Amino acid sequence: MAHGISQRIRGKVVKVLVLATFTILLAFPFYWMLITSFKQNVDLYTMENNPFVFNAKPTLDHVRFLFTQTRFVRWLGNTAFVGVFVVAITLMLAVPAAYSLARLSGRWGERLGIGIFLTYLVPPTLLFIPLSRVVAYFGLQDTLWALILVYPTFTVPFSIWLLMGFFKSIPKELEDAAMVDGLTRFGAFIKLVIPISVSGILTVVIFTFTLVTQEFVYALTFISSESNQMIGTGIPIFLVRGDVYYWGALMAACLIASLPIAFMYNLFLDRFIAGFTVGAVK
Amino acid sequence: MAVARSKIKSIGAAQSPLLGAAMFSPAVLYILLLVAGPFFLAIFYAFSDARIGNPEMHYVGLENFRSILQSPSFRVAIRNSLIFTICSQIVVIIGANILAISLENTFRGRGLIRFLILLPWVAPIALGAIGWKWILDSIYSVITWVLVAAHIYKPFSAPMWLGEPRLAIASVLLVHSWRMMPFSTVILLAGRTAIPKDIPEAAAVDGAGFWRTQLQIVIPMMRPIISVAVLFGLIFTFTDMTVVYILTAGGPFDSTQTLPSLAFAMGIQGSDLAAGAAISLFLVPVLVIIAYFMLRVAHRAEVN
Repeated sequence: MAHGISQRIRGKVVKVLVLATFTILLAFPFYWMLITSFKQNVDLYTMENNPFVFNAKPTLDHVRFLFTQTRFVRWLGNTAFVGVFVVAITLMLAVPAAYSLARLSGRWGERLGIGIFLTYLVPPTLLFIPLSRVVAYFGLQDTLWALILVYPTFTVPFSIWLLMGFFKSIPKELEDAAMVDGLTRFGAFIKLVIPISVSGILTVVIFTFTLVTQEFVYALTFISSESNQMIGTGIPIFLVRGDVYYWGALMAACLIASLPIAFMYNLFLDRFIAGFTVGAVK
Repeated sequence: MAVARSKIKSIGAAQSPLLGAAMFSPAVLYILLLVAGPFFLAIFYAFSDARIGNPEMHYVGLENFRSILQSPSFRVAIRNSLIFTICSQIVVIIGANILAISLENTFRGRGLIRFLILLPWVAPIALGAIGWKWILDSIYSVITWVLVAAHIYKPFSAPMWLGEPRLAIASVLLVHSWRMMPFSTVILLAGRTAIPKDIPEAAAVDGAGFWRTQLQIVIPMMRPIISVAVLFGLIFTFTDMTVVYILTAGGPFDSTQTLPSLAFAMGIQGSDLAAGAAISLFLVPVLVIIAYFMLRVAHRAEVN
């Protein structure tokens, strides 16, 4: 018995050690952003200083610089602007399509659903070259509209996939009852299915928005001027002037932009994971 | 009632195909125009001499592929793409399994730990990668400081993490593993919670130790979910160019170039759309293989 207890304690200690090690390794860059953001330059750029502590008084200079001397706020605004449009387009395309494939198209609806999911696997790094010509053809180079046009290519397929699973979990009898009460199929979809699917739709909204904030390749390829950047490209490209890195401001920018996105994503994570693992978890 | 029902059903069924098509065709049309279309355009460009700024192009046959296959940076890019993808997935799947075991039971502070562990995946990768660029800085690297403080290196003699080919490759590999580990962890965690609790418990009663229970019972039961985690991990790493672009921009001397980053360097920065398209097409065979295995996993789950 004593043996069992000591073994259980040892198990616990090992578990705590493992978790502590992994947490430190995985979260360290964000801790590093945090501490760098508030250090004075003399502190940051003196090699002898212990980098883990403040050797000089903490400062808000980098944050102030970021908000007043750079286009950071503008980039946040651009990202929100693109995000809103892409969310709207994604919902308009994905919600009806997912319902149709889940309910109205039978066996081959399922096949088509899998086909659409597979297009999610076609990466931006394969499409950015031809799409750069498409964007130029429409005269959209260096405008946010280029991104609004192209971003649904990766938000729509996964959203359809997520929503299909969601709509399938609604009991068919509900719609049948609504149709007995005189609604058309489409009426039942608008007045019944959409209202009870709010949480699924909200998942798609958050998912789409986080994907927009995380995208890099298209924004790098299509957008060139400083004032039209998204946060993901503006920070790494335009906060670096020549060869000078403003590490304090850079790290502050990374942290300020990352945390809200990470927080939102985290709230809905279990639903996204359910989308990735459909079929493999029973 | 029964009559009304069956009547409704027949009306519903009669309406469905048309309404169904009307509801999914906008999405399908969009995907055809902006995913399938550009995909074939990429193939078309790969056999042409398309350049940025030049509206004319001509068919040049296999010329692009011939010159790519002869270029040393392309061979390096293929090698790196495979190294980064495969090695990081090995690290990720081992780490994620260990993490998922440790996170399986609830404990106080689990939510916070999960949030911290997930940061590399849920924060924009471009920004996480800049954090690493600062950590791996040539002069002010915290790693260098620790090594100097521990007297492993003398001041100013520590290696430049992103400045030497081998170390730069190791650094990119590190950041890719860091990025994908949270994703695999949550997927494996979902798989673990789906396993009925009594199975590992019964094994424990039968005298199987922790490791035997894990290796012989739990992990084999999780094979489909592990496949899902690995397949997505492979695809996300293989097609990524953000990590390399931000950490090293392919350098030093093209030693960390991958297929996507080389396609960008040639196709967009070098204005040679045709060469860029040809390079990116080398992603396709791997993507097809991964898609095939994904469909198999999905199909097997459906049959069971």
